[in-house]
Amino acid sequence: MADASPLLECRNVSKAFGAVQALWNVDFEVRPGEVMALVGDNGAGKSTLIKGIAGIYPFDAGQVFVDGEEVHIHGPRDAARLGIEVVYQDLALADNLDIVANMFLGRERTRGAVMLDEPNMERAARETLDSLSVTTVKSVRQTVAGLSGGQRQSVAVAKAVMWNSRIVILDEPTAALGVVQTRQVLNLVRRLAEHDLGVAIISHNLHDVFEVADRITVLRLGQRVALFEREKTTQQEVVHAITAGTLDAVPGMETPDAEAAPTEVEA
Amino acid sequence: MSATAGVGPVPGGPPVDETGASSTVSGYMRVWWQGVRAGELGSLPIIVGLVVIVITFTLLTDNFFSERNFTNLILQMAAVATMAIGIVFVLLVGEIDLSVAFVSAVGAVVMTLLLRPGDPGWPWWAAIGFALLCTTTIGFLHAIVITKAGVPSFVVTLAGFLIWSGVVLILTTQYSTAGTIRIQDSTVIGIANDFLSPVWGWILGVAVVAAFAAVQLRTSMTRRARNLAAKPIVLIALQTLGLAAVTFAAIWYLNEDRGVPKVAVILGIALAFWSFVAARTRFGRHVYAVGGNAEAARRAGINVDRVRIAVFMISGFMAGVGGIMLASRLRSVATNTGSGNLLLLVIAAAVIGGTSLFGGTGRVIAALLGALVIASIQNGMDLMGLASGTKFVITGLVLLGAVLVDAFSKRRRAARGGV
Repeated sequence: MADASPLLECRNVSKAFGAVQALWNVDFEVRPGEVMALVGDNGAGKSTLIKGIAGIYPFDAGQVFVDGEEVHIHGPRDAARLGIEVVYQDLALADNLDIVANMFLGRERTRGAVMLDEPNMERAARETLDSLSVTTVKSVRQTVAGLSGGQRQSVAVAKAVMWNSRIVILDEPTAALGVVQTRQVLNLVRRLAEHDLGVAIISHNLHDVFEVADRITVLRLGQRVALFEREKTTQQEVVHAITAGTLDAVPGMETPDAEAAPTEVEA
Repeated sequence: MSATAGVGPVPGGPPVDETGASSTVSGYMRVWWQGVRAGELGSLPIIVGLVVIVITFTLLTDNFFSERNFTNLILQMAAVATMAIGIVFVLLVGEIDLSVAFVSAVGAVVMTLLLRPGDPGWPWWAAIGFALLCTTTIGFLHAIVITKAGVPSFVVTLAGFLIWSGVVLILTTQYSTAGTIRIQDSTVIGIANDFLSPVWGWILGVAVVAAFAAVQLRTSMTRRARNLAAKPIVLIALQTLGLAAVTFAAIWYLNEDRGVPKVAVILGIALAFWSFVAARTRFGRHVYAVGGNAEAARRAGINVDRVRIAVFMISGFMAGVGGIMLASRLRSVATNTGSGNLLLLVIAAAVIGGTSLFGGTGRVIAALLGALVIASIQNGMDLMGLASGTKFVITGLVLLGAVLVDAFSKRRRAARGGV
């Protein structure tokens, strides 16, 4: 598993918003069948990195490879075509629609020119949920408004994997969930990897990260300061990298904590 | 009556549950009742309200339930229901259109002017077609300002309200000295004043019931064939019987008077068509999605602006149809066409019928149900000889009640969703 070539690889990607250097020469990769965690403090550049990959804010510089081939992602549609799906923190579900309608939103199947093929979509939705062993959802015809946080997250993930996607990026999937539902979602994340998808997960919760991730990328102030293998590291080490990882000099920026102890631990 | 557009599972309709609990009639009813308790009220409150209103006025007045009054009621509410269909679409995406009444008047005036014998003396179909083109274009123009300039629809259509009322005044005073322009085309007058012969009424009634049963059966069969939970055949039979009873009773009663009004047929076709669009097409699904979560719709690749523009065009088109119905009924247009409380009645009809002002919830049939409630109340109060002021107060209270039901059921849905 760990030796597979990366499904998604970012090399030296950078992004600036005006004077703010949000990302600086960041490397990031996800291999098939692995869960790569992306951690860092607020403002570390986690969201900017995934938004770049998703094509929402294209990178200023650097290269992105999918399956070893360089790709240029200029919009969400490019990303979707490459099999990259992002599940954002707000899930982007329409509360008033049922699960089937949400999973097929914008990509409805029709019979003839205009008429929705409901039985077809209902089957496919049910099968996708079953393949991910989502057992908590009783009916795919209930509206999303009636679902719990964990169920919503499951629906959003199922929606993402439905389109032959190979790389699924989850933004804080457990942030708003209770203990039981967090467990359900983490199990779901593991199952995605078992299906040989590449999974990237952003999280603030190191406990969750250590439970689910194979490797951990640490960002700090827009730079990658460490890459750990979960089995060879500890939470303390990761926390230290998050708060005091060594930074490269960024043009135009002082390095305020150059005196901090070097902590980079390459896997 | 011909206005039965109920076709299959609709957002907001009874949920279908594939665990098998709903494969029997009692199971299906249980799932439906759970939905009601959780705030998925659908058309329930309005139907209960309608029954209460009919019983009340039948007891309080001598002739509320007479054949003649029943026919009048349909004639009175047809235009409001027609225009309310457009408003349902606008409300579904979470917008509002305050210009419908005067847009409908513009349509009516344009048609009437084009029909004037010899000047230019267009045939009825060309005059109607051009009038509808005008009102649809007006809806398009409103929508362009709303979507491209980002101005709230409330303000844009309020401006439209003033602008188009002015246009109606300008046109009617320019082309007549008395301020009234009569319609002389018999086809156009016939729209709201002609009735089907009893035989055609019955044929239509049978066709409507048969179509309903066929659509329901086909849906059920397809789902069964694909091994999905389907509506039980017994329930379809019961619903068809219920529909047949109501339809045939209405047709019999109308035939006792002058027959089934032509406007009722037009309204029925409009309801069936737009119900299909809303519930069964990709466009309809996108309308609900934009109203439910515009951001989610945008991220799903739906062109949100295009959906918004389309609903305002639908609103303009249906306003035009309603305006032509009103003009036909009065056989003329005048300086006051589209004024009065027409706008309020149309929006109230959509809301009372169960369309949520918050967007994303409601069905096209709401336009009919709401218009029926309003027309019944007004008609009943007229028969009782109540003062104008009292009638306004009571109509207002009914509207308030409908909005409160919506607000409470939404709260209930939210409470359940927040597990």
